[in-house]
Amino acid sequence: MEPIRKHEGLVYPLNRANIDTDQIIPKQFLKRIERQGFGKFLFYNWRFNEDGTEKSDFTLNDKKYNGASILVAGENFGCGSSREHAPWALQDYGFKVIIAPSFADIFYNNCTKNGILPIRLSEQKTEKLIQTAESSKYRISVDLQKQQVTDGQGFLAEFDLPAYQKQMLLNGWDEIAVTLTLEQAIADYEASH
Amino acid sequence: MSKPKTIIEKIWERHVVHQEQDKPDLLYIDLHLVHEVTSPQAFEGLRMKNRSVRRPELTYATMDHNVPTKHRNIVKDAISKKQMETLKENCSQFGISLADIDHPDQGIVHVIGPELGLTQPGKTIVCGDSHTSTHGAFGALAFGIGTSEVEHVLATQTLWQAPPKSLNVQVNGKLGKGVTSKDLILAIIAKYGVRFGTGYVIEYTGEAIRDLTMEERMTVCNMSIEAGARAGLISPDDITVEYLQGRRHVPQEPEEYEAISREWKALATDPGAVYDATVTIDAEEIEPQVSWGTNPGMCIPVSANVPDPSRAETASKKEEIERALEYMGLQPGQPIDEVPIEHVFIGSCTNSRLSDLRRAAEVVRSKKVHRNVQAIVVPGSFSVKTAAEAEGLDVIFTQAGFEWRDAGCSMCLAMNDDIVPPGERCASTSNRNFEGRQGNGARTHLVSPEMAAAAAIEGHFVDVRKFTEATLQS
Ligand code: SF4
Repeated sequence: MEPIRKHEGLVYPLNRANIDTDQIIPKQFLKRIERQGFGKFLFYNWRFNEDGTEKSDFTLNDKKYNGASILVAGENFGCGSSREHAPWALQDYGFKVIIAPSFADIFYNNCTKNGILPIRLSEQKTEKLIQTAESSKYRISVDLQKQQVTDGQGFLAEFDLPAYQKQMLLNGWDEIAVTLTLEQAIADYEASH
Repeated sequence: MSKPKTIIEKIWERHVVHQEQDKPDLLYIDLHLVHEVTSPQAFEGLRMKNRSVRRPELTYATMDHNVPTKHRNIVKDAISKKQMETLKENCSQFGISLADIDHPDQGIVHVIGPELGLTQPGKTIVCGDSHTSTHGAFGALAFGIGTSEVEHVLATQTLWQAPPKSLNVQVNGKLGKGVTSKDLILAIIAKYGVRFGTGYVIEYTGEAIRDLTMEERMTVCNMSIEAGARAGLISPDDITVEYLQGRRHVPQEPEEYEAISREWKALATDPGAVYDATVTIDAEEIEPQVSWGTNPGMCIPVSANVPDPSRAETASKKEEIERALEYMGLQPGQPIDEVPIEHVFIGSCTNSRLSDLRRAAEVVRSKKVHRNVQAIVVPGSFSVKTAAEAEGLDVIFTQAGFEWRDAGCSMCLAMNDDIVPPGERCASTSNRNFEGRQGNGARTHLVSPEMAAAAAIEGHFVDVRKFTEATLQS
């Protein structure tokens, strides 16, 4: 997994609450056995018409968000299915950071296992980011070490995340390798149960 | 005396392998269920690092999401076929038992676990599927995981997990006649919203919960994730013990079973144990439910009207309701029981067990499916199907005009050919009414099996309590 320490990028605002993983990556794309290549299917039913042409009313299709790498959305982002294809699709499309007032538990975990940084900010702060990004090309910076989001024009927000997830993201650990160093503890547990 | 504990604390303590500061606990996993959709990348990960499966005998696989429910041996879609073949190869390479498409134990992963007695009180159970919470009905700590975690469990039989907060969902009083456990869980989510359980493990308690059969309890725990909770469970009791007795993977010797039953029941939450939070609901107030919107919290009693966005408390709520109404093709204030439907789906890990099918069959017996409606029944497992056929349920359904299918997830997520066409409406016994869940543009209304059955006959939603009364009189 790629470590993530600092990231500066263009914001794509998606002002909806309860965006579920069925919307992030619809089921018809879950049949693949690879991890890569899901980006072109991201938000598929919102992005494309039946005939495969782009829907003009879905803002991700707006040129001004080309190259966006920070997604800001409403509360309970990533609810529903546990499919890790959702963070794979977001990452493959180019998103490295996702900001929302709250995340679904499984989705949050899935992000951190793939080097995507999920950031919980208050509703007020996310709204501010969304408004600014809706009206202009808006770039912000994220510093994971300092747990801060800034825009260089006075916006500053601090965020919390569990220490373990922070270390994992900063170091890009292979979690299985870490766990396997505790092989003896696992074997002892098994022997006594 | 030691401090009273919740069942969640008891199970947790017994499974901690390792603890250290600033880290979650390393938790041992007793049972890992695997299916074709969320596992291929995990097995591939193992291969790339030259790792093996630590405890193949604690791992059990089946095929459910993708499988055809009609002509089950002909998988037309090449990519689906590849995925199913990949599971087969992975299971054989890593030594994992697989209930393959033509195996008598095949079925939806959350139906067969309990059926085979793999699911047991006190176990930690995971699966790359968010409805793993279903197994909590037995007093197991069961939760859905992503594919990276699937790989982690395969390789280490453990997971890093922070101790969860506990949420007591207390259901007081008794459910009324004709009101099911599906209505109960939908009403709970309608009342408290789709994220009140986030960060918690739910324990369902109270008189109405204790009164439920095991299959009804599974329906409740199944939908915990729709409230945001990764796991939801119910303390084991005599009903649990009775259900599991004689199942293949529990001890068969009466004395041994007796002993393990005592251990199971001792897991129940102690009187006086403290939860991190508690919410309550009165069972008596609950009516049969119908969802009107695009998440499971958007549910109303069948006697109610579709909400009016102009009455919403906040601008964002208003927008959310408007979006949902537009997608669903509904008018503000429209009575939900006037909404015509074109499809009925009885199935899914929420409501596809024998008792679900029995109750639905009772409603449609000697009647005909409405001419505008296409209705299918998809039993949750091969063994549910066989048992239902042995009592003639298939005949009742087919005579009424339902299609009788083979086991699988089917129209719950429409990954196979069982799809609701764009703009059409389906009364569905499944668990998610998200946009596009049953097909691009499809409109899903979540209901109980009885309500789905009655809607199939009438061509629109109807209060099944009045429906059965009227039929009895006629
Ligand atoms: S029946 Fe539906 S919810 Fe249940 S496991 Fe299958 S797809 Fe998931």
